[in-house]
Amino acid sequence: MAEKVIEVNNLFKIFGKNPEEAFPLIEKGLSKEEILEKTGNTVGVNDVSFTVNKGEIFVVMGLSGSGKSTLIRCINRLMEPNRGEILIEDTDVSKLSKEELMNFRKEKFGMVFQHFGLLPYRTVQKNVEYGLEVKKVKPSTRKKRAREAIKKVGLEGWEDQKPQNLSGGMKQRVGLARALAVDPDIFLMDEPFSALDPLIKKEMQDQLLELYEEVKKTTIFITHDLNEALKVGDKIAIMKAGKIVQMGSQEEILTNAANDYVRDFVKDVDRSRVLKARDIMIKPKTLLKPDQGEGPRTAIHKMRENEISSIIVVDKDKKVMGILKIEEALKILQNKDDENLKKYIKEIPRVDPGDTMDDMFAQIAELDIPLPVVDKNDELMGIIIKSNVLSNLAPEKVI
Amino acid sequence: MLFMQIVSIFSWKIPLGEGIEKIIDFIIENFSGPIELFTGLIDFLIENFEIFIMDGFPISHLIVNIILITIFIYSRKKDKKVALYTGAGMLVAVFIASFFYGFELIYSMGHPFLVISAFALIAWTAKSYRLAIFVVLGLALMWNIELWEEVIETLALIITAVLVALVIGIPVGIIKAHNKYVHYIVRPILDFMQTIPPFVYLIPALMLFGLGNVSGTIATVIFAIAPPIRLTYLGITQVDDEIIEAGKAFGSSWWQMLFKIELPAALPSIMMGINQCIMLALSMVVIASMIGAGGLGEPVRLALSRIDIGLGFEAGLGVVIIAIMLDRIFGRNE
Ligand SMILES: Nc1ncnc2c1ncn2[C@@H]1O[C@H](COP(=O)(O)OP(=O)(O)OP(=O)(O)O)[C@@H](O)[C@H]1O
Ligand SMILES: [Mg+2]
Repeated sequence: MAEKVIEVNNLFKIFGKNPEEAFPLIEKGLSKEEILEKTGNTVGVNDVSFTVNKGEIFVVMGLSGSGKSTLIRCINRLMEPNRGEILIEDTDVSKLSKEELMNFRKEKFGMVFQHFGLLPYRTVQKNVEYGLEVKKVKPSTRKKRAREAIKKVGLEGWEDQKPQNLSGGMKQRVGLARALAVDPDIFLMDEPFSALDPLIKKEMQDQLLELYEEVKKTTIFITHDLNEALKVGDKIAIMKAGKIVQMGSQEEILTNAANDYVRDFVKDVDRSRVLKARDIMIKPKTLLKPDQGEGPRTAIHKMRENEISSIIVVDKDKKVMGILKIEEALKILQNKDDENLKKYIKEIPRVDPGDTMDDMFAQIAELDIPLPVVDKNDELMGIIIKSNVLSNLAPEKVI
Repeated sequence: MLFMQIVSIFSWKIPLGEGIEKIIDFIIENFSGPIELFTGLIDFLIENFEIFIMDGFPISHLIVNIILITIFIYSRKKDKKVALYTGAGMLVAVFIASFFYGFELIYSMGHPFLVISAFALIAWTAKSYRLAIFVVLGLALMWNIELWEEVIETLALIITAVLVALVIGIPVGIIKAHNKYVHYIVRPILDFMQTIPPFVYLIPALMLFGLGNVSGTIATVIFAIAPPIRLTYLGITQVDDEIIEAGKAFGSSWWQMLFKIELPAALPSIMMGINQCIMLALSMVVIASMIGAGGLGEPVRLALSRIDIGLGFEAGLGVVIIAIMLDRIFGRNE
């Protein structure tokens, strides 16, 4: 059983003069706009609950204004939630005194801000040192760790610049380095890569994942970008108007969009990079099993019946032996060569269930035969055929 | 009967003036100890600044001064070279001066030649050579028209008043930014201090602190303290929310927030407050002279009573020169 690190229960955050006024209306099920019109209060976070296990990256997605930043700010109480419970490793954050909260933030969290939150009067180096300075880490260690963090985000040589001399993407990386430098237990990242160009973005994502290979850090990660969410996220939550409308693993989100809102989100994802062989494989309509005495005639019959031109051949353990094309089967009959069935079976490439469509593209392109998906023991799990590859690439195909 | 009573109520004058008088009397009677202490402190400050700039100093003090100015410049420019050049330059200036005026003069920091070269060097390193030229020309002119002592005294008065105003004003501004009760209490007091004609509080100041530089300084402080308070407050309240959040998110304590986030972020605004404070203090020079403060205000006042256009103009020009000099040295780079 994985260890729970963050647990949020029924969290509410309402902005305005009289937040309590809004609760009866929320219970009645009024929308965010109606509540704003009636009471002048803005619903920021509405009844959000989730848990994040140790070492997990929990991704929060949602359109602008859906309450992602508000949610992440409630976790370390940069904003005071109105109702609800936040447990971090069994500490109830909402019960901490000012002093305790200060120490708790110092010990536990590293935060990356959507708008960077860099100190304009400090150099890059000094900005990155900030968290360590607050912790009263001694200067030599502090400088060293800051320099390492700057190196990790690829900003060597910029140490002595002020933030105003950096581009947006570079500023964002300084913010990231600042959080990395303190080496916290929990990362709170509010769109940490949003200002980066695609190339550096990919590099940073890979860096992050690489970092997590070494030590897994529990992370709440906000993003707008579904591709990013699918790449880094262990669990994904989609927010709308303060509520979590769907939460689950990558595949669950992709294949079972709970409603139109989620479907819209999933729509423009670059599916080829995300969908794995196991997501798009289908059950073969039929197989040829020579071990059960099936010969070329059965093969031809099965192919005719299913209107296919080749058939996958498996042994008694469901191990893939190869493929038999209809021409070959006919040749066997012509040559009366029934005993040598194996000679006519062609070897075919196989794919791993974890391969993405990107990985399989070369094989898919010249696919006029089905591609078997096999597990570690070479056992057949399913097949991939050209038509379902193409239909999966078309975004509308989400059920 | 009733009618007469109502009329008498309306003809009754609220004894506002009398009340204030009583309060002042009460303070004089009951707090003479602390007041004298305070007067002593202010006097001490003024005298020492005057001595610092003007009167004889042993050579060791001179060297300490040069080192202090070097450090000052280093802290402003963060450039060791510039600071060292300045320090060296000042030593060279002392030696050049000694050629002209004899070695005894090295013992005196007060010779105009040294003061002028010191200010010129500060102006040069802190800002530009153009400002340094202006300083040299301006101060040399004052020396030439024999207002030198007044210039120095004015400088001493202003430095004292500004220091007192900042020592009180910046912390008040900080507290005001963090506590809304303090804010609501201080705001009307500031409005009051900024708008009430200074002549009005000259009299109580006179009664409390006697005729002389101290009263003048106090009046100047009252007149000039509002901008540092207001601009410190403004600077701190306008610090970007995201950097406040960043500070908090990393677990900064209250003091860390203040010294690592708020004050540095508010520094431009606070510097503006200091600059404004200096300017207002200068504009009080003439008024303060009415209650016995020395410096350039005195000749202006004399000129007024004697209708001496020339003298008035000369002294007025002195104020302008000091104003421009201080404004440019302590102002923001544009
Ligand atoms: N300090 C605040 N005072 C009042 N309302 C706020 C405040 N902060 C956020 N809100 C409101 O809360 C809602 C959620 O805002 P939030 O910043 O959490 O959105 P977001 O999902 O982070 O959006 P984005 O993707 O643009 O960053 C919005 O309707 C916003 O108007
Ligand atoms: Mg946001």
